[in-house]
Amino acid sequence: MTQTNTAPQQSLTQKLANPTRFMQLSGTLMPWLAGAAVALILYALYLAFFVAPDDYQQGQTVKIMYIHVPAAWLGMMGYALIAISSFGYLVFRHPLADVSAKAAAPLGAAFTFLALATGSLWGKPMWGTYWVWDARLTSMLILLFLYFGLMALRSAIDDEALAGKLCAVLGLVGVTILPIIKFSVDWWNTLHQPASVIRLDGPTIHSDLLWPLLISAIGFSLLFFALHMQGMRNEILRRRLRALTMAEVDRARGVSAPAAAE
Amino acid sequence: MSAFWTLLKRDLLLQVREGGAVGTALGFYLIVVAMMPLGLGPDLNLLSRIAPGVLWIALLLAALLSLPRIFEADDEDGSLEVIATGDLPLELATAAKALAHWISTGIPLALLAPVLGLLLNLDIEAYPVLVATMLVGTPAISFLGLVGAALTLRARRGGLLLALLVLPLYIPTLIFGIAAISAATGGPSGFQASFLILGAISLFSLVIGPVAAAAAIRFQTQ
Repeated sequence: MTQTNTAPQQSLTQKLANPTRFMQLSGTLMPWLAGAAVALILYALYLAFFVAPDDYQQGQTVKIMYIHVPAAWLGMMGYALIAISSFGYLVFRHPLADVSAKAAAPLGAAFTFLALATGSLWGKPMWGTYWVWDARLTSMLILLFLYFGLMALRSAIDDEALAGKLCAVLGLVGVTILPIIKFSVDWWNTLHQPASVIRLDGPTIHSDLLWPLLISAIGFSLLFFALHMQGMRNEILRRRLRALTMAEVDRARGVSAPAAAE
Repeated sequence: MSAFWTLLKRDLLLQVREGGAVGTALGFYLIVVAMMPLGLGPDLNLLSRIAPGVLWIALLLAALLSLPRIFEADDEDGSLEVIATGDLPLELATAAKALAHWISTGIPLALLAPVLGLLLNLDIEAYPVLVATMLVGTPAISFLGLVGAALTLRARRGGLLLALLVLPLYIPTLIFGIAAISAATGGPSGFQASFLILGAISLFSLVIGPVAAAAAIRFQTQ
């Protein structure tokens, strides 16, 4: 908060520690980001439905992949974002890191849920069942539980500053344990059933299918960042509003009952 | 270091003198396992096949029930603040508390498991393995649960929240605990590998648990 405008040695993250500067920058960036996301997703959907061929085995259902795969990637990236933000908040006390972690949690949960939902819709015609206890499905489900835990902890603590710190601790614990959970679920899966049904990650995916997927992935990533940035902006505004309200309450109390004000 | 042992001794003494807590966990363990045949039918073949899973899951739930007590009483009477500002590093203090929880809850639950295995027609040969895996796996339950207990100390509906936070962290322990037992009773995987990984998970939680819990307590007692 003690920064001046003439400080060329500051890095970008340091500059963005000023919420006003962040609001200005994100405000100008926002329309471009959102516009690019919409354009790319529309283009990817056009490619997926009108250009890319059907899979010879999966038929039409392969088109679910263009939403499912980016959603799964972003569901995982959301947790990585939370972990980085938590680290930034606990170690560097970056004022926007907590805002970022808070905004990322529901987004990551939404994309994880989207991946699970589209996956099970794809599973019904392909495997004949909506749910299989496959290692990857199980891992995604557990990731969703971790998101739920983070959001529940934040909503259960009244003191916002404390809630942010505790969520940061939980986020870091979660990210250290996630690889172990992933590893153990893989082990458990091979123990119980040979991974024969689900071999979507075949060695090659034809470039006719790959290009729309990559464009779709970039489009959804931009969408994620646009939503995340908007979520951060909303949170900053909400905190400002709250601070103003509290100041107003204090002032009103000071006028009406000066004896009560300390 | 003597402060560590003093704290450990105090917590264990409190558990014994207060009574009730350990007994409740054991009673809960018993009743959950006894409900299983009632829900699944009395088929002994089925029960002996699912016995390791039932015993482990019921143990997790029983241990979960006793987790809020790790910090609750100390927080209410203010001794947690004294501990937090004392000479002993808070990481060691929380470790002592988790250790006390393991000795007073984890070990009794693990020792009760074979008796309950009898109810579920578990293969007699699996009993030593069952107790061994539970003794090696339960430290992870206490030390990871410590984090949940510390995080939900001041939260509303802390107990419910604790279950949501902590149960996903228990998944590796559950998986390798069951893998080790089923390996000993003729399952597909090697016993040694699962058992060693189970120990590794416990050692890992021994490190991460007290550090994270201490950070959480520090934020809340400031």
